[in-house]
Amino acid sequence: MFESKSGVFFIGGLAFFFLAFASNALVPIYMYRDLPEQPVRKLVNENLLYQFEDLHKRYQEPFEAAYGTPPEDETEAEAWYADRCAEALLRGRTIYTGEGCWHCHSQFVRPVSREEDRWGPVAEVYEYQNELQRPVLFGTRRVGPDLSREGGRRSNDWHAVHFFRPKMLIPTSPMPEYTWLYDGSPDQPNADGLALITYVQWMGSWLHSYPYYERFEPISGTDSGME
Amino acid sequence: MSDAVLDRETIDPDQLVNRRLVALFFLMALVFLSVAILGGLLMALQLVHWNPLRGIELLSPGRWRMIHTNAVAYGFLANAFLGALEWSVPRMTLRPVASRALSWFIFVAWQVIVLSTAVGIMFGQAQGVEWGETPVWIDPVAMLGLILVMINFMVPIAQAKRPPYVALWYFIAPFIWPPLTYAMGNFMPQYWVSGTGGGALTGLFIHDLVGLFVTPLGWGLMYYFVPILLKKPIWSHGLSLVGFWGLAFFYPLSGIHHFLYTPIPMFLQYGAVVATIAIEFVVTTVVINFFGTIWGSGRMIVTSIPVRWFYTGMVFYFITCLQCALQVTLTFQKLIHFTDWVVGHAHLVMFGVFSFWLMGIMVYLFPRLIGREWYSRKLLEYHFWLSAVGLFVMFVDLGLAGVFQGFYWASLLPWDVSVEGSQPFWITRVFAGLSIVGGLLCFLYNLYRTYMGGYETSSESATGRIMPEPA
Ligand code: HEC
Repeated sequence: MFESKSGVFFIGGLAFFFLAFASNALVPIYMYRDLPEQPVRKLVNENLLYQFEDLHKRYQEPFEAAYGTPPEDETEAEAWYADRCAEALLRGRTIYTGEGCWHCHSQFVRPVSREEDRWGPVAEVYEYQNELQRPVLFGTRRVGPDLSREGGRRSNDWHAVHFFRPKMLIPTSPMPEYTWLYDGSPDQPNADGLALITYVQWMGSWLHSYPYYERFEPISGTDSGME
Repeated sequence: MSDAVLDRETIDPDQLVNRRLVALFFLMALVFLSVAILGGLLMALQLVHWNPLRGIELLSPGRWRMIHTNAVAYGFLANAFLGALEWSVPRMTLRPVASRALSWFIFVAWQVIVLSTAVGIMFGQAQGVEWGETPVWIDPVAMLGLILVMINFMVPIAQAKRPPYVALWYFIAPFIWPPLTYAMGNFMPQYWVSGTGGGALTGLFIHDLVGLFVTPLGWGLMYYFVPILLKKPIWSHGLSLVGFWGLAFFYPLSGIHHFLYTPIPMFLQYGAVVATIAIEFVVTTVVINFFGTIWGSGRMIVTSIPVRWFYTGMVFYFITCLQCALQVTLTFQKLIHFTDWVVGHAHLVMFGVFSFWLMGIMVYLFPRLIGREWYSRKLLEYHFWLSAVGLFVMFVDLGLAGVFQGFYWASLLPWDVSVEGSQPFWITRVFAGLSIVGGLLCFLYNLYRTYMGGYETSSESATGRIMPEPA
């Protein structure tokens, strides 16, 4: 059996593979069967809408070029913003994967190494059961900081400048420039740029402690937090 | 047994092995290795602020980092493995592959797949699965390619009359594993499973790709080539058995160790940790077996360059796995997860082990494929030493960088400090990488001169005489 072709094929090749598949993949999938996947439209929350409308205010022309103008009626406008925001999230996620941001930024806060003090609450399962985490973007390397609590930490303007040329804000930053997300200057983000900013503002926006940047305070507990 | 002996005397080696195809596989492997290395170099330069090509969309360092890993896995390793299999499977089974036309088709199709993967990633279409960034529209085609590969090689293996030699165990299983692994990692997290469960799946995928595709093929080739080069059988058949079955059992069980401290249930994380430590013991038996084999012929490491590549790779393999057993513990993870330590580890495995073995195989086979002796042994030496020293420096350097980064982060100093603190290591890494580039250039130049050089007709090695089968 251990030296025959069929033994190797069926036991080593198939049986062991499926054993591992069952224990390492099917078990967690089964465990989370009661946490259904949220569609992207459901992920648009108030915090995020605030940022999305703020993007409209700040970059009116590019925003309207990308998404058109909202309807006059206020309730209609609300739904309109939410729909456009969902679109932007999907597009932003595509850019985030396509540019390989996830190879320099993680999206989970671990319960160790004082990561809670640096970024906020430890990652939980429910935060990942949604359409934007298919495939999941945990990430495996941090050249830059974790981004899963990034939403609201910085202003839209900050991100707009940062993605255009990170060194303008952080002179030592090794993060690449993404000038193709703009029409020439940091105050002209194109549809892709706006989408990426929306996506970044989404991360962590579902938490109660979402820090509007106007009210942003450095993390407590140390005198030398994140700037 | 007797008819196999008869076979061996009557079969014309050229009917068994398509030497031109093997050479072409190797050539494309080297082309993609060069592309991969350029991608790595671009990211390395970006990190130390020396990237001269900033702000060009198609040269976005993040995209080229993905081309780097994918070109290594699918362009270099897969092509070189296919070439080595085209050579070794027919020789072990004394049967040609299922179809020569199919082999050619696989060759062309695979280059198209790898090239479109690279172009797709370059245009920002990467899929969010590590080591599986192949754009989603290519996935089904790649899947088909893997199945064709399986058919093409399984037919001669199935036809062979004698019980399979160890190397063939290592080939049989990996013909069935990669299609399964590929389907699991590329389709399930994309279309069916989101979030944490998908994370467990992609962890398993990353791991199976290394463990069930690259590792067994690599060891299988070692079981085939080492006895041939040393002209003696493998030291212990029993240990070979332990090694193979230990790997087949424990390797896939450790997938989740890539995502420790995520929201994946803790008991599964512990399971993966234990399985990983178990692998270390298995690996030790395999390494002992190979060192038992070379015992008494140690000088071959000096005199034979392929043997040197093989055994250096094995030493690195042992270091890698020792590292695995330590770094997989939750204590280590706290510190080194997310850091450059892991990057160093990956380079040690993918380059220091499997690429080293494949380089050894190429050094051994190219003269037999194109019918000419190497143009320059000195250049072969340079190739080896520049690669080995470059890689080792990179490994130590990134490992240290990882420890520093881990402590910077835990200290809660501003992020900037960890980035600035990494600079000396990142700069060292650029030069280590350049050393590897230098080695590769020596090899390519040597190959070119060999190819252009005078014929050495009718030399024994050139005719590709069938080597005696290892016992
Ligand atoms: C080469 C690795 C690298 C890549 C690729 C990369 N980043 Fe960064 N990123 C960094 C580093 C380092 C920092 C910290 C310095 C800084 O703020 O510029 C950073 C900082 C950030 C920050 C600010 C975090 C904060 O609040 O301080 C955001 C947001 C961000 N990156 C988003 C992205 C996005 C989105 C992408 C993909 C388009 C991306 N990054 C690609 C390395 C990278």
